[in-house]
Amino acid sequence: MSDKVTNLLLVGVGGQGILLASEILSETFMLAGFDVKKSEIHGMSQRGGSVVSHVRYGREVFSPIVPEGEGDILFGFELMETCRYLPLLKPGGTVVANDLRIPPPSVLMGKDVYPEGIADRIGAEFPDFLLVDGQKLAMEAGNPRAANTALLGAVSRRLDVAEDYWLQALEKMVPRKALEVNRKAFLLGRGL
Amino acid sequence: MKEILSGNEAIARGAYEAGVMVATAYPGTPSTEILENIIRYNEVDASWSPNEKVALEVAMGASFAGARTLVAMKHVGVNVAADPLFTLSYTGIKGGLVLVTADDPEMHSSQNEQDNRNYAKFAKVPMLEPADSRECKEFTRLALELSEAYDTPVMLRTTTRISHSKSIVELENRVSGLPAPALVSNAAKQVMLPTNAKVRHPLVEARMAKLAEAANSMAVNRMEMRDTAMGIITSGVCYQYVREVFPNVSTLKLGLVNPLPLSLIRDFAAKVDRLFVVEELDPCIEEQVKALGIPVSGKDFLPLCGELSPGRIRAAFASIGVGTEKASMPVGEALAPTLPGRPPNMCPGCPHRGVFYALNRLKAYVTGDIGCYTLGFLPPLSSMETCVCMGASIGNATGAVKVVPEEEKRKVVAVIGDSTFFHSGVTGLMDMVYNKAPSTVVILDNRITAMTGRQDNPASGYTLMNEPAHKVDIPLLCSSLGVKHVRVVNPYDLEETKQALKEEMERPETSVIITDKPCVLIKREGVFQRGPLCSVDVEACIGCRACLGLGCPAIQWRPAEGKKGVPFIDAGLCTGCDVCRQLCTFNAIRRAQ
Repeated sequence: MSDKVTNLLLVGVGGQGILLASEILSETFMLAGFDVKKSEIHGMSQRGGSVVSHVRYGREVFSPIVPEGEGDILFGFELMETCRYLPLLKPGGTVVANDLRIPPPSVLMGKDVYPEGIADRIGAEFPDFLLVDGQKLAMEAGNPRAANTALLGAVSRRLDVAEDYWLQALEKMVPRKALEVNRKAFLLGRGL
Repeated sequence: MKEILSGNEAIARGAYEAGVMVATAYPGTPSTEILENIIRYNEVDASWSPNEKVALEVAMGASFAGARTLVAMKHVGVNVAADPLFTLSYTGIKGGLVLVTADDPEMHSSQNEQDNRNYAKFAKVPMLEPADSRECKEFTRLALELSEAYDTPVMLRTTTRISHSKSIVELENRVSGLPAPALVSNAAKQVMLPTNAKVRHPLVEARMAKLAEAANSMAVNRMEMRDTAMGIITSGVCYQYVREVFPNVSTLKLGLVNPLPLSLIRDFAAKVDRLFVVEELDPCIEEQVKALGIPVSGKDFLPLCGELSPGRIRAAFASIGVGTEKASMPVGEALAPTLPGRPPNMCPGCPHRGVFYALNRLKAYVTGDIGCYTLGFLPPLSSMETCVCMGASIGNATGAVKVVPEEEKRKVVAVIGDSTFFHSGVTGLMDMVYNKAPSTVVILDNRITAMTGRQDNPASGYTLMNEPAHKVDIPLLCSSLGVKHVRVVNPYDLEETKQALKEEMERPETSVIITDKPCVLIKREGVFQRGPLCSVDVEACIGCRACLGLGCPAIQWRPAEGKKGVPFIDAGLCTGCDVCRQLCTFNAIRRAQ
């Protein structure tokens, strides 16, 4: 195992299920034998606010938060939030984003417009950019609520961790009755 | 067995393993999950108290009877519990007692960022500061052992980045063979009349001196010698950041941050060429190192405000010529700052929304309080003038009406949630009546402590351990305090709410209005119920935008549709609260049949 620590950032809107996704990631890395740390903020920010979760793994991890500008992978659950946290990424970092727009309060009230062309702008700065229609993959797997798992599958392809550990982690973290759909959604995302 | 635990989960586990029998707390970010997790262990009697002072007093009672106890709170909670804490320092304990203070540098979810390491010095109690989840678990146990060995309460200080970060922890079994609790008379030690307290104070000083000596050889204070050109004294999460930024620098990692191991610090200082202290917020360690006459720097270049991070530490050191800042601006910087912000918002269907809409329209001067409803400050509701600490709304209103001109007295309204009212609003209301303040108090009773994640409270009907419990009768409580005008309104009925507010605001006496709809997030069956959903009749809508004044996340303005644009109600978010329909004068919002 090399000394390299891999830095992931999960970003989106409070209530989107980001914390559970980061739990599954952490569990996977622990099962694969890595040291893992993750960090996020609870409380006020969860009332529909902007949310960021840091997950780091490697032989030995010190800081629970990703040092600014050293993110390897930005995992975005919503487009505008993906854009907001790009500065945390290293040059040439990977972006995997859900093709979903959730308007913030100022846009809902007609005071702002939701920015146009975000995906193109991200793609122009970060060549390793994958835009995923999480909703569509989830429907294909059989349940619209499995979108996060499909996204997780897409992220998993970009990490050097064997498929077995991912599936073991899913089995441990996802409720039994939802497991089959989530497995399917994960593998669909992983196939991208 | 290994598990990934948050700092809070690890503290709960540590308490369980160390034989804790009683755990108490008032919820507060970032401490809340300690008690929420401790209920996994049937051996621990865990309870929410109405406030932190009561929580500590209950823990103290259990400790005097011989049980190991844990009490947890957020940093500002220690202000509330400070009264018992300072004298508990004198009485000492019987069963070990650990007080967890979860500080919030950066104010992620708090009204200030006070550094509670100052409390340990002030109250003359030892304080441990863990740097990850493994240490959270180990230090909880150590705190209880030190507590018993030195006859003192022990504080365990975390910060948000410790409480809410997860790392790998090795689980162990619960200790056995601890003495069984029983009533034992020890009055001279526990009755703090001046005559007894005078005996205790010198013992407190002796205890701290003894601890300071022992601190020099405690394993939790650890010298790690690497390159000796630079040495950094640090603790807590800052230790992790220092290791990240300066992997080759020598460190003195402090686990016990009060009292400090002065000989160890002298030894470390002698071994390195340049000495620094890296600590968040106040220069607690730095000042004591300076008092030893040792040259050291820290807060002359590191920020006093906010939390630290690897990047902030790197930038501060670069500013004094140590190391370099990352070469270029991060690549994404150019895209990010132009984006609309995404502040938190009240949920769709939140029973507080209509109340703030009405207060806004009545041009009330609202003294606010701590809870989800503090979001009533944000546009478009924009109706809150003060929010300082738990319970302050009522006293603030009383004070304002003492001095403002007669016609302005009618505008003052205090707004407080059920849990905050029980925490420290009751005494404020008692004062309002007693001292004849002609103001109105709105108690937003949503049956839960919502902001911290739906914890039960004395009016929710359940305990932390999910046992049915007595519900405080809020109208009866207010009446018994002497409030003559108490009324209960349905906050989803906009006209009823506005009318009640108008009438009570005009009344030159103390009055209370209680709203009676539960938080939409309560999952317990039968508490919250959705109504028939609302939708917009695009033909009838004239695009006046009145409904947008609610700031409901379910209502979205579509500028390109209709004559001037029309609102759209997201059926996936709408709860059928019906408030938007009531304020549409053109009858363009309809309820599903």
